[in-house]
Amino acid sequence: MSEDTFDKAHAAPGQAGPGKVKIDRVSGTPTTGHEWDGIEELNTPLPRWWVWTFWITAIWGLAYMVAYPAWPTLSGGTQGLFAWSSRTQIADEVADLQKTRGPVLDKIKDAPLDKIESDPELLAAARMVGKVAFATNCASCHGAGGQGAKGYANLNDDDWIWGGKLADVKQTIEHGVRWEADKATHATAMPAFGRDGLLTPEQISLIADHVRTYAETPDSDAPTPAGEKLYADNCASCHGVDGKGNAEMGAPALFDRVWLYGSDKPAIVARIVNGGGAVMPSWKDKLDDTTIKALTVYVHSLGGGQ
Amino acid sequence: MERPPLIAKQMTFGEQSLSAIFAALAIATAYVATKAYTPAYAFHSALFSLGSIGAVAAIFLRYRARPAEFPPLMIDGRPNYNYGPVKFTALASLFWGIAGFLVGLYLALELAFPVLNFDLPWINFGRLRPLHTSAVIFAFGGNVLLATSFYIMQRTSRARIAGDLAPWVVVLGYNFFILIAGTGYLLGVTRGHEYAEPEWYAILWLVIIWVTYLLVYLFTLARRAEPHIYVANWFFLAFIVTVAVLVLGNNVEIPVSIYSPQSVIVWAGVQDAMIQWWYAHNAVGFFLTAGFLGIMYYFIPKRTGRPIYSYRLSIVHFWSLIFLYIWAGPHHLHYTALPDWAQTLGMVFSVVLWMPSWGGMINGLMTLSGAWDKLRTDPVLRMLVVSVAFYGMSTFEGPLLSVKAVNSLSHYTDWGIGHVHSGSLGWVAFVSFGALYCLIPWVYNRQLYSLKLVNWHFWISTIGIVFYISAMWVAGIMQGLMWRAYTPQGFLEYSFVETTEALHPEYIIRAIGGGLFLIGALIMVYNIWRTLASPAIEPAQDLAASPMPAE
Repeated sequence: MSEDTFDKAHAAPGQAGPGKVKIDRVSGTPTTGHEWDGIEELNTPLPRWWVWTFWITAIWGLAYMVAYPAWPTLSGGTQGLFAWSSRTQIADEVADLQKTRGPVLDKIKDAPLDKIESDPELLAAARMVGKVAFATNCASCHGAGGQGAKGYANLNDDDWIWGGKLADVKQTIEHGVRWEADKATHATAMPAFGRDGLLTPEQISLIADHVRTYAETPDSDAPTPAGEKLYADNCASCHGVDGKGNAEMGAPALFDRVWLYGSDKPAIVARIVNGGGAVMPSWKDKLDDTTIKALTVYVHSLGGGQ
Repeated sequence: MERPPLIAKQMTFGEQSLSAIFAALAIATAYVATKAYTPAYAFHSALFSLGSIGAVAAIFLRYRARPAEFPPLMIDGRPNYNYGPVKFTALASLFWGIAGFLVGLYLALELAFPVLNFDLPWINFGRLRPLHTSAVIFAFGGNVLLATSFYIMQRTSRARIAGDLAPWVVVLGYNFFILIAGTGYLLGVTRGHEYAEPEWYAILWLVIIWVTYLLVYLFTLARRAEPHIYVANWFFLAFIVTVAVLVLGNNVEIPVSIYSPQSVIVWAGVQDAMIQWWYAHNAVGFFLTAGFLGIMYYFIPKRTGRPIYSYRLSIVHFWSLIFLYIWAGPHHLHYTALPDWAQTLGMVFSVVLWMPSWGGMINGLMTLSGAWDKLRTDPVLRMLVVSVAFYGMSTFEGPLLSVKAVNSLSHYTDWGIGHVHSGSLGWVAFVSFGALYCLIPWVYNRQLYSLKLVNWHFWISTIGIVFYISAMWVAGIMQGLMWRAYTPQGFLEYSFVETTEALHPEYIIRAIGGGLFLIGALIMVYNIWRTLASPAIEPAQDLAASPMPAE
């Protein structure tokens, strides 16, 4: 179709009332002869570069669709010339990565935990792997440096709720804490002394005072016989007469200055009233054994490993 | 009254049936409110009930106040335009705009300083974020589209808008939908689909409003006195029809109960994701692009007084744009469970979409040929033109980001946020501001209070946008590179928290940019307020109707 017929077809002489085809003074281009609320339109042809670029993208698009999976069929889709798929791409990339990691991982794969820690070369490798795994998986709760937060244990000190030996740490990472989906998880929890009516508010208050005395918190009073007795009757079975705790049951040491939920009286009262305890996921299904070993060594070497 | 009514005044069929429908709705929703499963839903049912009672009262009061005869379609041979709904939505858009920008700024600050969440559920990031997106897109943008489309379709058809109550049902009903959606987000009522959060009952209401909108549009066009339909109206029609299809497609859901705010969507798994991004991408394509191109096609030639650059380009780019846009959605799901073939198609259609999108930019910018000097003296025109420039930039960036290799770096990073905001602040908001600066004085017969303030608005907001998008480019690319950085031994170089720490300065710059943008918008509100407070001038109708002669 020539330019001419296009113009004739769309100029529709006579139809547009006063707005017959005019020549625009600025561009010298004719208008279409239409007019709406004072707006007219020029009959400028399509810009050449625009048409060409449009064609180039369209042709590129067709070529791309031949080269790559593009068209749905009854049983999936076309494969494309290169038989590329995002699944094989990711599989290849993961395989490459494993190959790069191989030399480091192989070192720690079969070595026992204590050997890793005693051999400087193995220790360096494990710490490298463990550091990344920690930053990716653990830091969101335990902090980027393992310093912990309220309700999340500090891993830099020597106060271990569930034991600080290599095997203990590994056990905790593998199976988590109070993680119901894992049968081997650390399951014991503190009774809710207040909520379940095991103790009266006055008794709870006395126990809290007593614990704080031994923890030598700055504002605490002298120990009282009543507090002593209540502690012995209700708490000592797990936390110990000497307040040193029991890692078997995850009962933290109380007569020290390390506090998971805070050392002020309301925080301690809240723990005795509600019982329970922190939860940590089990990692055995999410991380492979070598990574868990590396993590164990890394956490153990943060400062407080026993 | 100068003369006695020629016919006895009585309620029309529309007035009678609509008040009956609203009365029934008031009773039904009041009943649902008493049985509602959740307080939020009871609140919403009660709002529906009160709104319906208000509607019945409004219809009766309007009936008592109105003359027996309907306003004539023509007065002295000239169309008797109905600007009431235009005025309402133009002012509503300013209100929602400020609200939406303000929430956006607060969210930017929450991201930079998470303590600002204050552990309060109603203002935490997760609930405020959809409030921001819906307020700016659907409340601000939607009201601008209603105002301009109702204005443009009347002016370019030389016909009064169709319907007596219908246009008011559309504008008030739409704003009621916004109210339900927005309060729902704060109370935790959401479908959890991005840009499609409102629950089934809000959507049901929206569909009724939207169909009414379409009918009003079609009936007005049908009574036009022009032989042809102006290009702006093609874009508005494409926007209205496609948005209806999109909303219906992405809301095929079954309510848990009529007493429950919740529903279950029938699409499952990857189909749900596919439908969601088909919807969301075309909300950008048809709501934020086609609709606002309609605005551009009217206000740029009007303000410059120059003819549209190329009629042919407008046809070719219109049809290619709407044909190609609808397939581009899968590029939001690159490297996901979506089949590879669908990802390829999404990418290819996005790249081929580049030129059709630019057709609108060419037509917008080239319409200024012969009038470029006006940019020096008219900041409103400058706003409109810069919006087209941002449109061109975003519609180049979009195809670029859809390419898989680029997407593997950019996806899930702040680059996406930057891209969206160069489009929404630079294009959508600026073309809206430019249009409102024209439209409000025209429909109210006022002189715009101060062009100097428009100039301040323009510069402050432009600098804000530049701050915003450059901060997000830097943040996004840095984030993408940090995520994929490996040590020579093959282990990740950075943890996630290190990447978020690195973004902190950019987040502060972004918040400053957003703050500047908000300040600009507040200057606009002041300017418009002073404009409306000034005395009316001679009807600007003719001034606006005749194109200014080219130099």
